[in-house]
Amino acid sequence: MTVERVISETKDQFPIGMRVLAVDDDPTCLLLLDTLLRRCQYNVTTTSQAITALKLLRGNKNKFDLVISDVHMPDMDGFKLLELVGLEMDLPVIMLSANGDTKLVMKGITHGACDYLLKPVRIEELQNIWQHVVRRKKFDQNDWYNSGSQDKPHMGSGEAAGIGKVDQNGKLNKKRKDQNEDEDEECDENGHDNEDPSTQKKPRVVWSVELHRKFVAAVNQLGIDKAVPKKILELMNVEKLTRENVASHLQKFRLYLKRISYVANQQAHMVAALGSADSTYLRMGSLNGLGDFHRLAGSDQLPNAGFRSFPPSGVLGRLNTPAGLGIHGLPSPGMIQLSHVQNSGNAGNDQSKLQSFVIPGNHNANILLGMPMSLELDQLQNNKGVRHIGELPTADNTTVFPVSGSLIDARVAGCSNNPLLGVTSNSLMLEGSSHQAILHATNLRDSVSTMVFQNGNTLSDFNCIAPASNQLRDSKSNLQGQASLISCNAGPIIRSDPQEWNAPRKDAPYQSNIMCCSINSSIPVNGAMVQLGQCLDQNNPVFHRNMDLDSIGPPNFVDPLSIKHNKGESSAMEPLVIDKEGYLIVQQRPQGSYIPDNIGPLGDLASAIMKQDQDKGKPADGDFGCNAYSLRNCI
Amino acid sequence: MERNPMRRQLAVMRQSLFDQGYLDEQFVQLEELQDDANPNFVEEVVTLYYRDSARLILNVEQALERKPFDFNKLDGYMHQFKGSSSSIGAKKVKAESTLFREYCKSGNGEGCMRTFQQLKKEYATLRKKLEAYFQLARQAGPMETACHPK
Repeated sequence: MTVERVISETKDQFPIGMRVLAVDDDPTCLLLLDTLLRRCQYNVTTTSQAITALKLLRGNKNKFDLVISDVHMPDMDGFKLLELVGLEMDLPVIMLSANGDTKLVMKGITHGACDYLLKPVRIEELQNIWQHVVRRKKFDQNDWYNSGSQDKPHMGSGEAAGIGKVDQNGKLNKKRKDQNEDEDEECDENGHDNEDPSTQKKPRVVWSVELHRKFVAAVNQLGIDKAVPKKILELMNVEKLTRENVASHLQKFRLYLKRISYVANQQAHMVAALGSADSTYLRMGSLNGLGDFHRLAGSDQLPNAGFRSFPPSGVLGRLNTPAGLGIHGLPSPGMIQLSHVQNSGNAGNDQSKLQSFVIPGNHNANILLGMPMSLELDQLQNNKGVRHIGELPTADNTTVFPVSGSLIDARVAGCSNNPLLGVTSNSLMLEGSSHQAILHATNLRDSVSTMVFQNGNTLSDFNCIAPASNQLRDSKSNLQGQASLISCNAGPIIRSDPQEWNAPRKDAPYQSNIMCCSINSSIPVNGAMVQLGQCLDQNNPVFHRNMDLDSIGPPNFVDPLSIKHNKGESSAMEPLVIDKEGYLIVQQRPQGSYIPDNIGPLGDLASAIMKQDQDKGKPADGDFGCNAYSLRNCI
Repeated sequence: MERNPMRRQLAVMRQSLFDQGYLDEQFVQLEELQDDANPNFVEEVVTLYYRDSARLILNVEQALERKPFDFNKLDGYMHQFKGSSSSIGAKKVKAESTLFREYCKSGNGEGCMRTFQQLKKEYATLRKKLEAYFQLARQAGPMETACHPK
């Protein structure tokens, strides 16, 4: 049998003499591996303990060229070792295991292994492992021999940060696959490009709120249709950001908008605009009103609620738990979901395109669908009955009002004080059923905004986007605006920044509207998502971001906003979930199936939105303002 | 290099181990690694295997005595056992350990116990056979060269 392939590729006889460190707790396998490797003419060091291996490696970084490690070890998980080696020493690591499950292999790769071998290992496989060393070094700008360049930066550059994982935190990792590179160990640098983009490992870019805001602003400026990575990049003017970073982010954004628009198209929009002006309001979570929410939600309070979408209980549940508020329920991934919001639906709906905003995170973003409820969530808290909202039991602060489309038209604009809530509530609400998931962002108080009640026309945009926390607060008016965001008909509501909430209505700079909920961080809501429902015109992508949603927990959709259109469509409000990134993710809920759990978020959302409005102080369009304010006042 | 009858016997024995499914071609790989520098490699590895796996077997035994079964742990042991068994080419043993793991995954305690008994049997049988084989091999002398008859 061919034992080894002693092919000297390089003057120094590499791969002969390549220094390998083999780690395996199983002595049989270790012995076998050792023998095999020696047969390949490598220079082999073995150890049965991962800890020892690390010590050896740390002792002298240049002592080894390659590490082979078993996955299953008693003292340390093989993957952990893999990561550490990759991070600290940046050496190629090959995993070895008797278990060839795809999942495990995947895990190995994502942790940065450059190869994954199955036991029993054959010599042929080992004969080629030197390629991983070469590959890594090759892209290193330095000559292999001079390897002093073993240091990380260089080594790192060899591989693209192709792991392409999207961080759970919503970081957008640049998914950059190295040409044929094995995934390298992860490199956590931010936004830092290496010299040779094509072959080098690119550190991941973290799309912070700020960065994202810039991005959205740039996109808005260009117009979603015309936004191309190159131009966006130019506008953003951030150094060390590459076109590729932007491109991949844009792609995600578009998906998000699409999703939003889809949701927005749903009839029922919940305008959760609860913009609770204050953080308190946003703090849905804290609302103990949430409990109330229960009430609202579901329990009986809500009369059949038009909302169908949210099962009250569901909502309640959500609201109750601050955590719940977070956007958890949202299916949408924490990641930013950008999808184009097609507004196709909305056009025309003035009403309701309320989107239910889900106020993610803790806040119960009360998404008042216009329902003042949320606004007053505080008030509601005691549930005193904030009942303004007509139906809404608002008992709890967190009532989430699903904003029914119909409501929206109604009065939403109702500036009536409570009316806003009430108004909305009536109309919106949920069709009467306040139970809906009214998001009650207790905080929303302010803004309950209106989510868009405007239904009619401009407002239709309900954009109740309950921005996460901050936004809501300020924007009470924003909420309104936000709501308008939703209005699909109305112009695109693109809110790239918080203040813009109101803006939505404007015809939009975006038709495609990117609805950005720029929810300021003010909104504690986690993710209060404010989603703009339909607002955007056909293609308005709704994009919320800006929210400092960091607080946004898992996107919760507050579905409560299902806005019932008078049309009777039971559009489920898609829960908007504002994910961590602050993207408002609107989750399309099947009709009638509101996301119960989301209610919470909606409330938050609403509140968030409201808040936003409030903060902004300017009614979105006047209409909104009304709502918001009124709501506020009402409450 | 006279054709040693022992050698022939050894060959036959070896072949039967393969034919009966006790060993697979991983064993051949081991043999190929054996050379002058490493004249007893195969035996060394096998001995090491038996030593190490005895420990694992004991662990499994003990784990199976504790009810309810800790399937995760059992699976862990068996995973290791499988790894080393496959490294020496112990085919039947490996199959039993795979089966055992399946039962672990599905939480089938009965199945685990049954399979484990079977596994122990196979393991013991193989051990006996290999010991006989090595013994004969030692007596028969080195296979390749007749230069230095043992």
